[in-house]
Amino acid sequence: MTSDTAIRPSPDALLMQAAREGRGRLKIFIGAAPGVGKTWAMLDDAHRRYAEGVDVLAALIETHGRAETQAKLSGLPTLARKPVIYKGRALTEMDLDGLLARRPTLALIDELAHTNAEGGRHEKRWQDVEEVLAAGIDVFTTLNIQHIETLNETVARITGVRVRETVPDRVLEMADEIELIDIPPDELLQRLKQGKVYPQDQAARALTSFFAKGNLTALRELALRAAADRVDAQLREHMAANAITGPWPTQERILVCVNESPASREAIRVAKRSADRARAEWIALNVTQARSESLSDADKDRLAGTLRLAERLGGELATLDSEHDVAQAILTYATDRNVKRIIIGRPRRRPVWARLTSEDVASILLRQSGKFEITLAAEAEDRKRKPGFNLPRLSGEPRAWAEALVAVAIASLCSYAAERLFPVASLSVIYMTAVVVVASRRGLGPALATSLLGFLAYNFLFTEPRYSFQISRQGEFLTLGLFLVASLITGNLAARLRARIDAQSAIADRTNKLYDFSRRVAAAATADDVIWASVSHVASTLRCEVVLLRPSPAGDLHVVGGFPPEDRLDIRDQSAAQFTWDKGEPAGMGSDTLPTARWFFLPLVAGERKLGVLGIAYTDDRLFARTDRRLLDALVDQIALALERLRLTEELAESRLASETDRLRTALLSSVSHDLRTPLVTIIGAAGSLADTPDLAAAARRDLAENIREEGERLDRYVQNLLDMTKIGHGALKPRLAPVDVGELLGAARHRLRAPLRAHQVLAHLPDSLPLVLTDEVLLEQVMVNILDNAAKYAEAGSTIAVAARSDGARLELSITDSGPGIPAADQARVFDMFYRVTEGDRQRAGTGLGLAICKGLTEAMGGTIRAETALPDGTGTRIVLSLPLFNPETST
Amino acid sequence: MTPATRILVIDDEAPIRRFLRIPLEAEGHSVIEAGTAKDGILAVARETPGLVILDLGLPDADGLTVLREIRGWSMVPVLVLSVRADEAGKVAALDAGAQDYVVKPFGVNELLARIRSLLRDRAGSSTPAVIEAVDLRIDSANHTVTQADIPLHLTRKEFDLLWLLASHAGRLVTQGMILKSLWGPAHAEDSQYLRVYVRQLRQKLGDDAANPRYIMTEPGIGYRFLG
Repeated sequence: MTSDTAIRPSPDALLMQAAREGRGRLKIFIGAAPGVGKTWAMLDDAHRRYAEGVDVLAALIETHGRAETQAKLSGLPTLARKPVIYKGRALTEMDLDGLLARRPTLALIDELAHTNAEGGRHEKRWQDVEEVLAAGIDVFTTLNIQHIETLNETVARITGVRVRETVPDRVLEMADEIELIDIPPDELLQRLKQGKVYPQDQAARALTSFFAKGNLTALRELALRAAADRVDAQLREHMAANAITGPWPTQERILVCVNESPASREAIRVAKRSADRARAEWIALNVTQARSESLSDADKDRLAGTLRLAERLGGELATLDSEHDVAQAILTYATDRNVKRIIIGRPRRRPVWARLTSEDVASILLRQSGKFEITLAAEAEDRKRKPGFNLPRLSGEPRAWAEALVAVAIASLCSYAAERLFPVASLSVIYMTAVVVVASRRGLGPALATSLLGFLAYNFLFTEPRYSFQISRQGEFLTLGLFLVASLITGNLAARLRARIDAQSAIADRTNKLYDFSRRVAAAATADDVIWASVSHVASTLRCEVVLLRPSPAGDLHVVGGFPPEDRLDIRDQSAAQFTWDKGEPAGMGSDTLPTARWFFLPLVAGERKLGVLGIAYTDDRLFARTDRRLLDALVDQIALALERLRLTEELAESRLASETDRLRTALLSSVSHDLRTPLVTIIGAAGSLADTPDLAAAARRDLAENIREEGERLDRYVQNLLDMTKIGHGALKPRLAPVDVGELLGAARHRLRAPLRAHQVLAHLPDSLPLVLTDEVLLEQVMVNILDNAAKYAEAGSTIAVAARSDGARLELSITDSGPGIPAADQARVFDMFYRVTEGDRQRAGTGLGLAICKGLTEAMGGTIRAETALPDGTGTRIVLSLPLFNPETST
Repeated sequence: MTPATRILVIDDEAPIRRFLRIPLEAEGHSVIEAGTAKDGILAVARETPGLVILDLGLPDADGLTVLREIRGWSMVPVLVLSVRADEAGKVAALDAGAQDYVVKPFGVNELLARIRSLLRDRAGSSTPAVIEAVDLRIDSANHTVTQADIPLHLTRKEFDLLWLLASHAGRLVTQGMILKSLWGPAHAEDSQYLRVYVRQLRQKLGDDAANPRYIMTEPGIGYRFLG
């Protein structure tokens, strides 16, 4: 009766836990459409695992006749398909029973959504996969987005193609890992055309319907979203709120049109609120025109501020270039981006004549927007504005005016020379050329001046009566008039073109600088990297000195980075920085607050969160250029976002760690409550019997006492395990390496385990010439005790436990083999995990799930390795192999 | 078979003192108990026990401190109670003058065996010239060993090693003690010598290290001759 106390089954809690742990792991390679390379990626991953020694089996791969897939499959063990006859047709299906009998560690099962031919065990392949997982086999599988049940309808609406085969969402939720296989639509279309996806003839047909580029784009977004839905919900919200590139629902988008008007800010806020409510994405669209460049500086600042606000509140920024029909451009864009709702600032009151000549954009939108919902947002505070019309500013550099004069002079000289060859009327073309040249170089004002000057010069020099401003002939009057009109128009056009080019290159420059910066900070892995990238980039872009301040854990703001390196600020600058931090407003040089400070400070804010303060100072007496300020604002936002992203990543990593710790704590609690209590039950019970039953036979008394002792010893081993585990966990283990004779330790281990090993025979085959190993003898003895204890637990009473050792000159391999039920190949790597126990039907041995984990921890601490193998060809028997470094008298002393 | 002795148990756990008292008294010894280091030291001075069982973890002072204090004026044999995986503590206690140790939790049989061998040592104060153990007969005067009456050929060092272990039969001999007495104080750390000689000795004795009849290894501490 004493020996079977060691194999008493565990309570349900541990069984359930073990059942969950006994399941295989599911990894789904998900893609937006056929042909993106899911199967290929799966095979690629499988090859990697195979090379690592994992027992991989390609249970079912659909190559669809794709050569590159077929090639990728070679080299992997493959399971033969099972032929089935369905409605008179010979088909092949996956051999589920064959797979289960073969028991690989990892099975590759392509196309999760496949419907099996009638007569199979399950109707759907995903049901096959569930069974395979339940058998403890890991599965890799592939899935297209349109097969996910809840997305099926959406996909059908987008593509007009409905698929019959669907997979319930819970299968997706079951996945331990999802890998999104993503390629841009253009690349997929290219692959399709090259016949890499379908054989050539099918490709043309497929192209017309399902594979339209618009469809692919929408599907791709769906796929991204489905994959990202698995990501922690809290992080997602954070990301959305902070404009970090992330997953978004595709169904709804809100478009907000912004321009320089103050109402645009309100429109942004309305958009943000509606988007939050609908959990939708929103886009802030600014339509630029040539006139955008002729805005006043105040307007430009306001527009930049509005766009920054949008960016900060999590909107996507978009810029459209449209010279003519702004409303139409907006509507086209809205249709392209699947927008449902458009928000625009209420137009300001305009003078009567302006209302007569043109309608404002908002009104046109209201009139033309059949399928869109239009919202007008009113300006928050109705500030008085100067009504009207901005004349093109005729200011400019003196050089530009001089150039106008020179151009006219040159044109006059050319005309003088050409007068003999051409009729006088044609000479106006030469002046016209001068106008166009000046316009394209210097803009509208000088162009107008050139045309007026040209008109006068032409009149004075070449029309009859010459050298007077009088005009005698009717025809010449007409020529001069037409010249003036034509040169005004061409001058204007050329000047606008010029303005556009300037505007574009300014935008391109700014975009490049920002892009450069975001690329640099994206690569930064730590806060220090981000800070360094930030200060150095701002310094080189704006050619100024830069400092970045963040609060210390104690709360006081201090310099964490500077370019050139700087670690202190004087008291005035420090208080300006503090003001910026406290109030979230700029302060310091050139601002309203503490303008005498040397530095100018800007807050680093992402969402609602204050992250730091950025300060800049010019070494010379240069003042802030407005363009610098706008660029700086944008950079500051980028820095704040980068810091915030890093903070979120760290938070996520911490929460992952916490949940892993939680899992272990739960397992530990359940183990402690079971493994500590079970022996105590016996001890208390037996002691009670001894104390309270006075006339017990001597044999019975001995039996009870023996019982108490064995359970007590078991408890002691368990406590020792817990202590060892704690030491390993805390890294408190400091092995004392010394030359050790393995045989001696085996003797000591057997001595300690004489009670549990009583029912077994231990056969040791240790050669006399076995070299010494360099290890910690106390730890190695503990490892041997745990392995032998385990062997005694799992092998039948009366069976033999064999211990053997051999050396290859560098290491010694010690193997301990039992004739127990064996460990399935799939579990061999996992038996060393904490609280992992191999289940075997309903029976469960009284292991703690700690013994082998401790062996691994101790062995690795001593510089050794440990592995589990199947001992016998029929899959039974377990062999644990320890590999230890040999003692070398020359190097080890 | 062992003379009745007065045994002092210094342990702060009353249940442990109680369960020690029963088998010790059954063996014919008398038992004195002390729950603290202070009481323990006083009891050694006043009662002059013939053996001390000392727990290394005491509430008011380290057991090692108690041991050093006692060793200042008494050579009473001390048996230390220690916990597993505290090899450093055990070695320190043995270095400080403890004769042997038992790992908690322990069986009563094991404890009584240790006590017997400690008291036997004390009774026969002079080591005999010939030791007989199991089927061995070890003659120190002639440097001969016979096993079941068949002579064995041992080298000088092998003989010294066997003699050292056998003359402390049942008791622990630390690695440091062996190395110092066989190779001299300069080699106290060279445990690979010891491994090699122990293995050779075992081979000549026909002793299986994995299942020993004569020499038992105590990992991290030393050896014990199974007398």
